[in-house]
Amino acid sequence: MNRNRLQHIIPKLVLSPSLALILIFVYAFILYTFYLSMTDSRMLPSYGFVGFENYSKLWGLRHWWRALSNLAIFGSLYIVICSVLGLFLAILLDQKIRGEGFLRPIYLYPMALSFIVTGTAWKWFLDPGIGLENTMHQWGWTGFEFSWIKDRTLAIYTVVIAAVWQSSGFVMAMFLAGLRGVDSEIIKAAQIDGASNATIYRRIIIPMMRPVFLSAFVVLAHLAIKSYDLVVALTGGGPGQATELPATFMYSYTFTRNQMGIGASSAIIMLVMIFSIIVPYLYSELKPGRQR
Amino acid sequence: MSADRMAGAGRSNKLLRALLYSVLILFAVYYLLPLYVMLVNSVKPLEEIRQGDMLSLPTLFTLEPWAKAWSSAQIGVQPTGLKPYFLNSVLMVVPAVTISTVLGALNGYILTKWRFRGDDVIFGLILLSCFIPFQIALIPAARILGMLGLAGTTTGLILIHVVYGLGFTTLFFRNYYAAFPTELVRAAQIDGASFFQIFRRILLPSSAPIIVVTVIWQFTNIWNDFLFGVSFGDFDSLPMTVALNNLVSSSGGVKEYNVHFAGAILAALPTLVVYIVSGRYFVRGLMAGAVKG
Repeated sequence: MNRNRLQHIIPKLVLSPSLALILIFVYAFILYTFYLSMTDSRMLPSYGFVGFENYSKLWGLRHWWRALSNLAIFGSLYIVICSVLGLFLAILLDQKIRGEGFLRPIYLYPMALSFIVTGTAWKWFLDPGIGLENTMHQWGWTGFEFSWIKDRTLAIYTVVIAAVWQSSGFVMAMFLAGLRGVDSEIIKAAQIDGASNATIYRRIIIPMMRPVFLSAFVVLAHLAIKSYDLVVALTGGGPGQATELPATFMYSYTFTRNQMGIGASSAIIMLVMIFSIIVPYLYSELKPGRQR
Repeated sequence: MSADRMAGAGRSNKLLRALLYSVLILFAVYYLLPLYVMLVNSVKPLEEIRQGDMLSLPTLFTLEPWAKAWSSAQIGVQPTGLKPYFLNSVLMVVPAVTISTVLGALNGYILTKWRFRGDDVIFGLILLSCFIPFQIALIPAARILGMLGLAGTTTGLILIHVVYGLGFTTLFFRNYYAAFPTELVRAAQIDGASFFQIFRRILLPSSAPIIVVTVIWQFTNIWNDFLFGVSFGDFDSLPMTVALNNLVSSSGGVKEYNVHFAGAILAALPTLVVYIVSGRYFVRGLMAGAVKG
């Protein structure tokens, strides 16, 4: 009996350090940051309560609006292009391709790289002075111009280019797994009914992959909101504030501009954005009654 | 007549296949291009990059940039090359991966085979931690590391990476162990086997695939981390990614593109090697992380 009781305490005992760490480093930290966002913290945390003043300051900052509109541009293009390209490549690879085992890792390897490496490679490749533009000039196409990375309105699109390069192969892998999971009986039945390949994809297979679209959307959206390293390595947020995102905004306000209260409030906004996507998703996935 | 049509269909089909393969190869080129650019330009003298084009093979092959990136390039204020930072990353990654994997395995085992009231809530709390924007944790984490005397140390970074990796490792093992027959565990319990005996003798021997997935996932994530490294690292603990960024974005002086590219490949090498050696598992890890259970 005694031993039996012990056997029921041990699991909880073993689980408790992890749970304690998560409770402190995730949930207590969120509360602490939320509290700081309501204080007059500058270079260091300080505890003079100011209510929602930091939030109203934050929403009055052109810099913050720039970060948000950049996130909207970057996030929507990143999600749409990665999904379309990923689905397209997955469908192509699903046509009984010889050498699939050779092509797939080529599409996917960028995912293994650090965003800093990706940023470095694209930074110089897109640099008009030594990269693509210069190369085209060397090849004799002297009218060729590609200097988006130096352009205040176009630089954000170079972040999209690099980010799509890094993640689209991963989305392809997700869709490919989804395609392979479709019941082949259904496809055979449709073929017997005389449906063309395109119709089968459009009417049967793609609608069946709704869950994959949803997963891809959630993964990409949360990666987009978290994007930090890529911007730092590729453009450093510039030129000017042209590629500033909420993540880089938070870092610079908190640690270099000594506006910790505003930095904390921007972090809270980021959390709210991510949770409003993730929480409903996890809830629907983990609802009791579905597979467990 | 019908034979004619068949032949026509065969020909257009062949054309379609050719088109299909060319599109696939075109995309392969697109994905390989940046790697190619890094490789060829890392073995060219600087003069050749400035004058020539980025896509051509080196006319004068040199390993000088690699040597410089590794051992003598200026990183921040010190001309140490990337070597010490590579070591920092190794010293950080190995313990962080090990600890988070072991804890994740035990958590997954408990959450599936030793279920108790409220365990779903605990799992939900742990799972949600995978998705938080780390910006939310930067300020308090800096405070706590300071209080613990771990600011700027590798130990501090290990702690941070263990904590923020727990969600994923627990998720991986939980989903894997959920499919493991619970009857075997019950039978062993009736035979009087203890909590750890059951884990070691019954679950662990069949856990190799999920251990590989978890280790690869954690290794790539932690090796590639930049935000925590730049926020909490010091000369003795700054990881490779931060050093690479310092090397590339250091203002002033001549921009040594070839050294930057060599450095970038050095920073990418460990995860690339892991990926090439065990790409299959890598994909499975990505999937497990994306498509929950």
